[in-house]
Amino acid sequence: MGRYIVRRLLQLVPVFIGTTFLIYWLVWSVPGDPFAGKCGDRPCPDNYIQVMTEKFNLDQPLYVQYFTYMQNLLQGDFGETFGGRSINDLIAAAYPNTIKLAFVALAVEALIGLTAGVLTGLRRNGFLDNLVLVSTLFLIALPTFVTGFFLQYLFGVQWGIIKPTVSNPPSFTELLIPGFVLGSVSMAYVARLARTSIAENRSADYVRTAIAKGLPMRRVVGVHLLRNSLIPVITYLGTDLGALMGGAIVTEGIFGINGIGREVYRAIVTKEGATVVSIVVILVLVYLVMNLLVDMLYALLDPRIRYE
Amino acid sequence: MSEVVITDPEFSTTGRPSGRLLEVEDLHVEFRTREGIAKAINGVSFHVDAGETLAVLGESGSGKSVTAQTIMGILDQPPGFVSGGEIRFHGKDMLKMSEEGRRKIRGHGIAMVFQDALSALNPVFTVGFQIGEQFRIRKGLSRGDAKKRAIELLDQVKIPNAKQRVTEFPHQFSGGMRQRVMIAMSLALDPEVLIADEPTTALDVTVQAQIMDLLADLQRERQMGLILITHDLGVVADVADRIAVMYAGRIVEEANVHDLYARPAHPYTVGLLNSIPRIDEKGQELRTIKGLPPNLMRIPPGCPFHPRCPKAQPVCVEKVPPLRVVAPARGSACHFAEEVLRGE
Ligand SMILES: Nc1ncnc2c1ncn2[C@@H]1O[C@H](COP(=O)(O)OP(=O)(O)OP(=O)(O)O)[C@@H](O)[C@H]1O
Ligand code: SF4
Ligand SMILES: [Mg+2]
Repeated sequence: MGRYIVRRLLQLVPVFIGTTFLIYWLVWSVPGDPFAGKCGDRPCPDNYIQVMTEKFNLDQPLYVQYFTYMQNLLQGDFGETFGGRSINDLIAAAYPNTIKLAFVALAVEALIGLTAGVLTGLRRNGFLDNLVLVSTLFLIALPTFVTGFFLQYLFGVQWGIIKPTVSNPPSFTELLIPGFVLGSVSMAYVARLARTSIAENRSADYVRTAIAKGLPMRRVVGVHLLRNSLIPVITYLGTDLGALMGGAIVTEGIFGINGIGREVYRAIVTKEGATVVSIVVILVLVYLVMNLLVDMLYALLDPRIRYE
Repeated sequence: MSEVVITDPEFSTTGRPSGRLLEVEDLHVEFRTREGIAKAINGVSFHVDAGETLAVLGESGSGKSVTAQTIMGILDQPPGFVSGGEIRFHGKDMLKMSEEGRRKIRGHGIAMVFQDALSALNPVFTVGFQIGEQFRIRKGLSRGDAKKRAIELLDQVKIPNAKQRVTEFPHQFSGGMRQRVMIAMSLALDPEVLIADEPTTALDVTVQAQIMDLLADLQRERQMGLILITHDLGVVADVADRIAVMYAGRIVEEANVHDLYARPAHPYTVGLLNSIPRIDEKGQELRTIKGLPPNLMRIPPGCPFHPRCPKAQPVCVEKVPPLRVVAPARGSACHFAEEVLRGE
């Protein structure tokens, strides 16, 4: 296992360099003048352009820019926005909000999705089963922005239970509805995945053995059945957490959450190349590490899987 | 649970009542499926006493596993339904007990060894956990004590290095060793009756013999009642005391092993014996029973074996032959059992 982890970490290096260069290249060769619209209605003054170009090596070939950028990055310096703000600060302000939102969404997926999945998997074709099947289909079919605006209107405007937009930084209670919106589709998938998995394992031989051993039913289900059925569900949740950590442009936008998704969106719109690259580089890194963690979690949950 | 009905005042050397330990009487089980009702068990009766080995023999689909599952109370219900009969353990009908009452008998009174240990053991728990679990949950032992007991059991089923192997997972064992683990697990709570459902079918021939010997030894040491389910007469010949032959959900013949071998009393048993390769008849072609077992949704009227029976007469199509005593200590469900017995 130890050697496997080292090998996987080494594999991350070329993937990391490859993806970040691709991003750097894509961002900086976006057609259009990076200074367009940066200085109000008028074009930017020449001396401003000159200072910025020098600072960001914009006159150098792309690979030199990338090399300098990576050098700074490895020292923990993400550079500055054109406006002179430290990108480190920007990320430090936005990322905690995204992580908070991600964990609320994950909790929603795990608690509601799992409960619904386990209950319906144990008792298929009942009323609850049909209810869950229909409502999950509904959630999967609806785009997130529809769910988001609808719940915002319902809870925030119509009933006035929540503030339509959150404060900065948001509290956990404020993130409940946004977290539900963000997690709703995955929650539906978790419910369905858990349902199928439980139903499949319910008739497995080892469950029958556990019953034949005279174990109480709650132990047969709670230990033997669940432990096996939840392996695919937990790995799904892990992968999904990796995706959630990438920020939620739509959900953060709707509820005015100052998260990484909104920052990257803003940076793209305003052609803040350095910011876009920095955020995406972090997201790539987070995603790669999460993937590795999920693979290790999988091996931990299923002893038949041994990575050599 | 406390009422123990002793039908025989004699006690065996172990101190256990030697009376009827487990009795199955006129059991009926059917599967109600969309395609129709499959009558899997149609009036099965047998018994097993302490210290005795009963082999249940029959072709695939004859209802051996369903019988075992019904006794254990692990039948898939639905589609399975027990539509009649009694299963008495120490004289008390288990089919009338509460689920909790039945649960307490499992493992403790009656335990089961399954055919395919790889799928019957839980892949994600160590064998020590799965064996020890019974001590922890059923007897309230601590984790450490349960592990010690698990090691003892692995020793008893002759698994080398039990101390190390107790922390391994089922997939790390070979087929034969895995079946030994399965047996160790079934013995944990010292059951009075052990049901082994084709315990060696999934194994190599050499390993089969070892597992059979092990089961026989354990049965003798512990004076258990052993129900040995098999479709292979050769496997059980040395181990069993009595044999019950099943066909289409019925017992068609029951006898002591030697009597049955020497002089079968049912045409189906004759056919089974003829299909075993014999050393003294080397080179001769095996005679298999012609035809196929009946569709359980449409069991033929009269004797269910009549479409395949070389001795069938018109009466066989009309009247169901009941299982009756045809000689001392042996039963047969054939209208012409006496003739068959005489070898005519
Ligand atoms: N869960 C089930 N649903 C429907 N039918 C079933 C079910 N379990 C068993 N049966 C039917 O009951 C009949 C008897 O099956 P059983 O498993 O007892 O046979 P068997 O004698 O153990 O055969 P084998 O030697 O193949 O194990 C079969 O025809 C089977 O189709
Ligand atoms: S009753 Fe008739 S058909 Fe059935 S086994 Fe006997 S002879 Fe054959
Ligand atoms: Mg079977």
